[in-house]
Amino acid sequence: MDSPGQQTEPVPAGNASPPFVGEPPRNACATLRFYGGLYGALWRNSVTRELQFKLNFVLWIVVELLWFALQLAFMSVLYTHTDSIGGWSRWEVILLVGCANFVQQLFTAFFLTNLTDLSEHIRTGRLDFLLLLPANTRFLVSLRKVDLGAFINAAAAFAVMVHAVRQLGLHPTTGQILGFSVLCGVGLSIHYSLMFLLATIAFWTVRAQGIVWGYYNLFNIARLPESAFPQGLFRRVFTFVLPMLLVANVPSKVLLQRLGSPIEWLVLVLVGASCFVASELFWRQSLRHYTSASS
Amino acid sequence: MGKYLHVFKIGIQNTLVYRANFLFRAVFGLIPLTGTLFLWKTIYAGKGPEALIGDYTLSSMISYYLLITFIDALTAVAEDDWQIAADIKDGLISQILLKPMDYLLYRLSLYVSGRTIYTTVALIPVTLFALYLRQYLVVPTEVMTILLFGVSLLMAAFLQFFIAYSVALLSFWVLDISTFIFIQFAFEYIASGHLFPLDILPPALAQILKFTPYPYLCYFPAAICLGRVSGPDLWQGLAIQSLWVGIGLVAARVMWSRGIRRYSAVGG
Repeated sequence: MDSPGQQTEPVPAGNASPPFVGEPPRNACATLRFYGGLYGALWRNSVTRELQFKLNFVLWIVVELLWFALQLAFMSVLYTHTDSIGGWSRWEVILLVGCANFVQQLFTAFFLTNLTDLSEHIRTGRLDFLLLLPANTRFLVSLRKVDLGAFINAAAAFAVMVHAVRQLGLHPTTGQILGFSVLCGVGLSIHYSLMFLLATIAFWTVRAQGIVWGYYNLFNIARLPESAFPQGLFRRVFTFVLPMLLVANVPSKVLLQRLGSPIEWLVLVLVGASCFVASELFWRQSLRHYTSASS
Repeated sequence: MGKYLHVFKIGIQNTLVYRANFLFRAVFGLIPLTGTLFLWKTIYAGKGPEALIGDYTLSSMISYYLLITFIDALTAVAEDDWQIAADIKDGLISQILLKPMDYLLYRLSLYVSGRTIYTTVALIPVTLFALYLRQYLVVPTEVMTILLFGVSLLMAAFLQFFIAYSVALLSFWVLDISTFIFIQFAFEYIASGHLFPLDILPPALAQILKFTPYPYLCYFPAAICLGRVSGPDLWQGLAIQSLWVGIGLVAARVMWSRGIRRYSAVGG
């Protein structure tokens, strides 16, 4: 969560030392190396940027930790009045809240600022600079800045998960941990695809920042146990259209050995893939609609 | 008074531009609320139909959350604190200083105009939502209850404004106050009763909270409306609430007079 006022630096990436010099790629291996090097340069830029405002950097971490503590407090208060919500015990739900926050923080670390910036790039016409660079524009738009503080918050969420796993007396196998990690990655990709899709609406309406922040409300759904929702419209929408009830629930269930059948994670992977494809198609369609603002 | 009425009218015109944005915000705000209500329904379902949680029935619990949504629409600060901070940072308050106008009253007029538009717009989705849940609604019938609810609601709005105003005035000392706004808001969110009614907390904790300003922003007016406070508790609560409103006003005034001495009119 960067304040919108901090977007004054020039758009072209890779001007920090050491400069990134890359040849446009020719084959798959070179492509990978090219984008790896490019992303390294973007990281170095982000570190330099963050180090300029050290106090602010620390305060943003405090803000996020407070909100995380608040979610945990809410669940703890609920569990002073009940032993189970939809069959989930206290520590199971803590694990779920931890997992939802873990995925959300990783999303913040890699993508959030970039996606909230997109509508500004479009509005001001600065997207021109990114379009002119000899690299994939979606790659540049999505990954230009890295929010380093969010990694610390992701670590805090991870620590809460580890504590919950201990409290539950679980001993996850390597397979479980692997499945959990992969599914968290799918959850991350879902958040990214959906918010990218929403941010792309800026090509059509210019002011889409409100839409992007509206997505923030959806994170609240992700940390609730899915079985608390009755079969119905709400559950179907948040499973198949905006799969918030899957992103943290399914990985958590892998650790908790609560998965009824492999269908659950198959649905997550399929819905995740379709979200990504949809966002790419819409992005291409919208780019064609782009008429620069300034020139 | 006339000039502030004028500011109010300008504020109405300016915020009308954002009506679609407001509608969007109000509708999206209902999604987490729906999630929370489903969560409570599941908890109650697990405990049997006549279950009580901190002597709330399922109906009174749902009524509580709807009431909070309503109070929030009427009193929450949306952009006011950000705008004040920007006014100071960009030197825009110089314009106000040159006019025979009090900045606090100027901002208050804009706050009232913003809330008027927001509430009008938000009323559509919130009413539809309330109609959908009508079987759970508990409505107050006594005139006295409604009257006291109104008084408490008004004080809540003032308190909310003074808190936001004072936090925003930190801009005189700090360049970027967004973190302060979010930290304040985090405390407000949990301690004002946004997330859950405060009387389901352990009594000792609820007792401590009673002396902070936060419960008087949301929980207390809601509790009056639902008839959950009465007798001496009610009057004591109103007394503490008005005390906090007074402290808020003094804090806002003191912050301003100190800050303005440091103000250097950057860019203005």
